Amino acid sequence: MECVFGLVGDGFAIVAADTSAVHSILVHKNNEDKIMVLDSHKLIAASGEPGDRVQFTEYVQKNVSLYQFRNGIPLTTAAAANFTRGELATALRKNPYSVNILMAGYDKEAGASLYYIDYIATLHKVDKGAFGYGSYFSLSTMDRHYRSDMSVEEAIELVDKCILEIRSRLVIAPPNFVIKIVDKDGAREHAWRQSVQDVTTASL
Amino acid sequence: MSIFEYNGSAVVAMVGKNCFAIASDRRLGVQLQTIATDFQRISKIHDRVFIGLSGLATDVQTLYQRLVFRHKLYQLREERDMKPETFASLVSAILYEKRFGPYLCQPVIAGLGEDDKPFICTMDSIGAKELAKDFVVSGTASESLYGACEAMYKPDMEAEELFETISQALLSSVDRDCLSGWGGHVYVVTPTEIKERILKGRMD
Repeated sequence: MECVFGLVGDGFAIVAADTSAVHSILVHKNNEDKIMVLDSHKLIAASGEPGDRVQFTEYVQKNVSLYQFRNGIPLTTAAAANFTRGELATALRKNPYSVNILMAGYDKEAGASLYYIDYIATLHKVDKGAFGYGSYFSLSTMDRHYRSDMSVEEAIELVDKCILEIRSRLVIAPPNFVIKIVDKDGAREHAWRQSVQDVTTASL
Repeated sequence: MSIFEYNGSAVVAMVGKNCFAIASDRRLGVQLQTIATDFQRISKIHDRVFIGLSGLATDVQTLYQRLVFRHKLYQLREERDMKPETFASLVSAILYEKRFGPYLCQPVIAGLGEDDKPFICTMDSIGAKELAKDFVVSGTASESLYGACEAMYKPDMEAEELFETISQALLSSVDRDCLSGWGGHVYVVTPTEIKERILKGRMD
């Protein structure tokens, strides 16, 4: 089951997601990037139905770019989160998207922020959030160790604690995770945590 | 589990002497899991009308946005604020529009009408208004709230006593409901001021 979680630290926000693409009992690939870079200072970590996940996050990304082209300034994280919630809410009673989203961003005035957006378009600004079966472990671990002024190193330590908890306690635990960070210098990939790498016949 | 119990909520409003109080819990949950402990369920429409929405959080947010929009239009056209009775009729009409695909919320409306006479009412998810002279309740803790309010309420309370009464009624009721709680948010509104207070209750 897909695990996505994230937290806000001192001037940055971190999100982590598992990287397995699963279809019933088969793992298609284990390096699927589920955290999309929305623009220079925003990240969307999405989990849910694979088709909806890719289509919907790309739709949001294109609309966020369009706003920037039309108006010459980028959207704030709050505005992008509310736009995303609006799209999910409009589609909810017609053609619902089954995507859960954690949107992390950095704005000069507001600092770093994290938004929890449910698949039924519940929006809430949070300090820490998680989706999936992994949330039962990662939220509790974050509740125990989280402080609002964590440094990047402390936050990565906490993320690693959560990944360890998920790997050891979730029955079908995803083997690999990707961690991305957003701060005043932008949104970027921070690290991968891999315990299983893609094996090709050539390497055997 | 009913869809009305998906997020968990408790809202109550009480009438006092030329004042009213409206209170809600602060939990945002997804069934058994708590996502946030600072969710806003009560919103100010204008200085003399408040609405508390219980039920599915996504519809709470959508409905609130629609109502604020309609009230702002009203203010532009009529150059005055809506009376609470009028606002209640507006909410009822908007809910009944969706009679065969309703917003899954139960609103509680509280306001000061002409001559500073307090007005409270509640309605079901399709807009059936229920006026009351003393108190109205809604949410997953509504049955406990009915009991607590019936026992603690007396007519013509001043603002301070009203605050104490509604707080005790709210906290004791949500303590018996696993889906609501994590503190309380109370607004006590008199003709001259709006007092907003956060209650610390059992944080479970």
